[in-house]
Amino acid sequence: MSPEMYRFIAIDLPAMLGGLMAAVTCALLGNFLVLRRQALMGDAISHSVLPGIVVAFLVAQTREPLVMLLGAAASGMVAVVLIELVRRVGRVDPGASMGVVFSVLFALGVLLLEQAAVRHVDLDADCVLYGQPEYMTWLPPAQWEAFFRVSTLGLVPRQLWLLAGALVLCAGFVALMFKELRIASFDPQLATTQGVSARLMHYLLMVVVALATVAAFEAVGSILVIAMMIGPAVSARLLTDRLLSQVFVSVLLAAVGAVGGYWLAAVGPQAVGLRHSVSSAGMMAVVCAVMVGVCVLLAPRHGVLSHRLRQRRLARRVLVEDLLTTLLRARRAGDASVTHERLASVLGGLGRVRQGVEAASREGLIDVDAAGVRLTSRGEQVASRVLETHRTLQRYLVEQVGVLPSHAHETAERLEHVVDDEMLRRAGED
Amino acid sequence: MHAPPSLAQTVDALPTWQEIVDTLLLRGGYNTTWVMIGTTLLGVAAGIIGCFALLRKRALVADALSHATLPGIAAAFIVGTLLGTDGKSLPVLLVGAGASGVLGVVVIQLLHRHPRVREDSAIAIVLSGFFGAGIVLLSVIQGMRSGSQGGLTHFIYGQTAAMDHEDAIVMSVIAGLALIASLGLLKEFALVSFNEGFARVTGWPVTLIDLVMMALTVLGVIAGLQAVGLILVVAMLIIPAASARFWTDRLRLLVLISALIGGVCGYAGAATSALLPRKPAGSVIVLCGGALFVLSLLAAPRRGVIAGVVRRVALRVRIARDHLLEQLHEMEVHDGMGSVIAADRLVDAMGLRGWSRSQTRVFLLMLRLRGLIERRDGGIGLSDRGREIGARVARNHALWARYLIEHADIAPSHVDWTVDRVEHVLREDIVRRIERAIADTEAAR
Repeated sequence: MSPEMYRFIAIDLPAMLGGLMAAVTCALLGNFLVLRRQALMGDAISHSVLPGIVVAFLVAQTREPLVMLLGAAASGMVAVVLIELVRRVGRVDPGASMGVVFSVLFALGVLLLEQAAVRHVDLDADCVLYGQPEYMTWLPPAQWEAFFRVSTLGLVPRQLWLLAGALVLCAGFVALMFKELRIASFDPQLATTQGVSARLMHYLLMVVVALATVAAFEAVGSILVIAMMIGPAVSARLLTDRLLSQVFVSVLLAAVGAVGGYWLAAVGPQAVGLRHSVSSAGMMAVVCAVMVGVCVLLAPRHGVLSHRLRQRRLARRVLVEDLLTTLLRARRAGDASVTHERLASVLGGLGRVRQGVEAASREGLIDVDAAGVRLTSRGEQVASRVLETHRTLQRYLVEQVGVLPSHAHETAERLEHVVDDEMLRRAGED
Repeated sequence: MHAPPSLAQTVDALPTWQEIVDTLLLRGGYNTTWVMIGTTLLGVAAGIIGCFALLRKRALVADALSHATLPGIAAAFIVGTLLGTDGKSLPVLLVGAGASGVLGVVVIQLLHRHPRVREDSAIAIVLSGFFGAGIVLLSVIQGMRSGSQGGLTHFIYGQTAAMDHEDAIVMSVIAGLALIASLGLLKEFALVSFNEGFARVTGWPVTLIDLVMMALTVLGVIAGLQAVGLILVVAMLIIPAASARFWTDRLRLLVLISALIGGVCGYAGAATSALLPRKPAGSVIVLCGGALFVLSLLAAPRRGVIAGVVRRVALRVRIARDHLLEQLHEMEVHDGMGSVIAADRLVDAMGLRGWSRSQTRVFLLMLRLRGLIERRDGGIGLSDRGREIGARVARNHALWARYLIEHADIAPSHVDWTVDRVEHVLREDIVRRIERAIADTEAAR
């Protein structure tokens, strides 16, 4: 195989795969955290694992990943229980309860770490906080013939096995418990009456979140885990309306975030003239966060942009309809053609008139000549339908709702543009 | 595998009494003194600001804010280095920190404005996204030829040991400013925290006050960055306020106690860190706060756990007393006034209520010690006071049962159980009102 290929397999592939698996694992669980408004539980757990790791190390005197994993998961669970306890026993605001518990545990971890340093312990706090996927390397045989052997698998870095295990565990958990998780997240009371204990589900989810956090933080660091949990899930929530599709979309986005983040970190700096690549874990987090921003702005149904567009379209239609009804009222009063100035006094400003006239004439609803603006036959049709709607609504408001006749006009003026046929038919019934 | 080092090797030399006294009296050297003054001021200021963050349920916004300072610090360092000045100039770094912290808060507000993004998600995204950006920038700095990021990681965990007196003075000044401003605006903050709508309609510039509150939180965070670190600095805002909340329901006291707790933690943390090696001030401050929090949670007079348990036990004892006296009264009415009731009969009767024999015996002893019953020949008799209580409980029971049947439409067969629980907590005025309600229905008939 070529040297570039080997470089890729040895250095880039493990880090990329690690990030990918971590991101997918986290995103799967993140969907439920976001739904349950517990996004910050991930944050609290990931801060709280520090003392567990240090204690596990000091007790077992080994850097065996499984031992560290157990220690970290244990202190993550301690944090979950303590947060719940402080919240309920002390009647403290949940946010404050989280803040108190995780900062105290984190402080304990830092202090223990400092003490451990005395014993020549090689535990790097920075690694816990922001992970180093670049340090995962795989050194398989360089020849293709030798590459495809079972023994090559034995050289795969242990972090990757760990992450693969976590991924399988989380995917299995979500797949098996999907129904229970869904009902317990949307409606805990209903879940409990249906025989799915909401509290049990809470703790189960927290256990799995703690395990996933711990497995992932070696690859991406404890704070960046949060980005992977929440970023893809929130983005997916903006893109879809159903939980199941949200889960799938979030997994896809997480994969994009991890691979894209890694690629940006490796290639991006050279593009702007830096010689070294930058932290890929940090970049993955940034990509996950930016993804949310992009979705908030551009999501097809729920994005800010499409919302604005819909609003503008509605405003345009209201303006055109107001213009047409004004023209129709004028025609019925004997003026076939109306000047811009007269329209301006009704529609509020010449600018609005020009906008409305342009839009309406483009649709062939009015004719514009030197004398002013006049309705076409299609325009007249539309205008009389709106006026009819207006009258029906006005009558309905006065007779059925009990609005004062003097006030009904204004309300009807607003409603006439948005009411649909079915509503109108029923408003017209006696 | 080497043998674990014995504990003796790891115990550090303890400071002498002279050193301890000198440090505590602010005579432990110029740098140490300023660091202690700074952290104490910071503790007091953060304690006050934290009260309002807590009341407005912004505890975790502050957390996101402090994490979001990292990219600002790194960017300020890069810009400073590129412009040829000393990249590690503290004021420049803190300005960068403040700017990106504010940006983080603004982004949270913007995200939160979208109906599909809840506040907790927005906080989590900003917290981790900004922190990630900070780490990317730190790795850029590492790759830069001219700079080393060595000093910058101190901002993550905090390190008082690396501070000289100038840094400490900068910290003291910022903390002092925040302290003075928050004291001066106490009334405005209280108004906005408790009744935003009222403040708005009475013409207070609520948005402005809110912004000032946020700005003070930013000041508190950046003041604590170097000493406590950006991960733990949020604890200085939350813990004193959350602890103080157990002790009082009044805002002025809350602020006072919170400031006190914050100050004590800051002082103790800096002193410990100065006296003992490898005790980072940030961690010690937070752990001090944690200890005070647990103490408050357990021991506070009204909201504390111990007080709550004592209250609950006392109530249960009173209810048990009431039940026993009620039963005795009932038997006395049945047998005739002043009659003597055999203990075994009472035990059997209480057994029907689910009491064990020993339970009945224990409570009988208690009643006798309190003079509510007397031992007479062949059994137990009620004293006057005991009779009075028993009669009152029985009467309350009957009244409430009747009220439920006649006014709340509850089937007679279902009444007893709820009545047994309510009869003990009926206040005098409620009893009067029930009596009146029942009298009214009688009259209507």
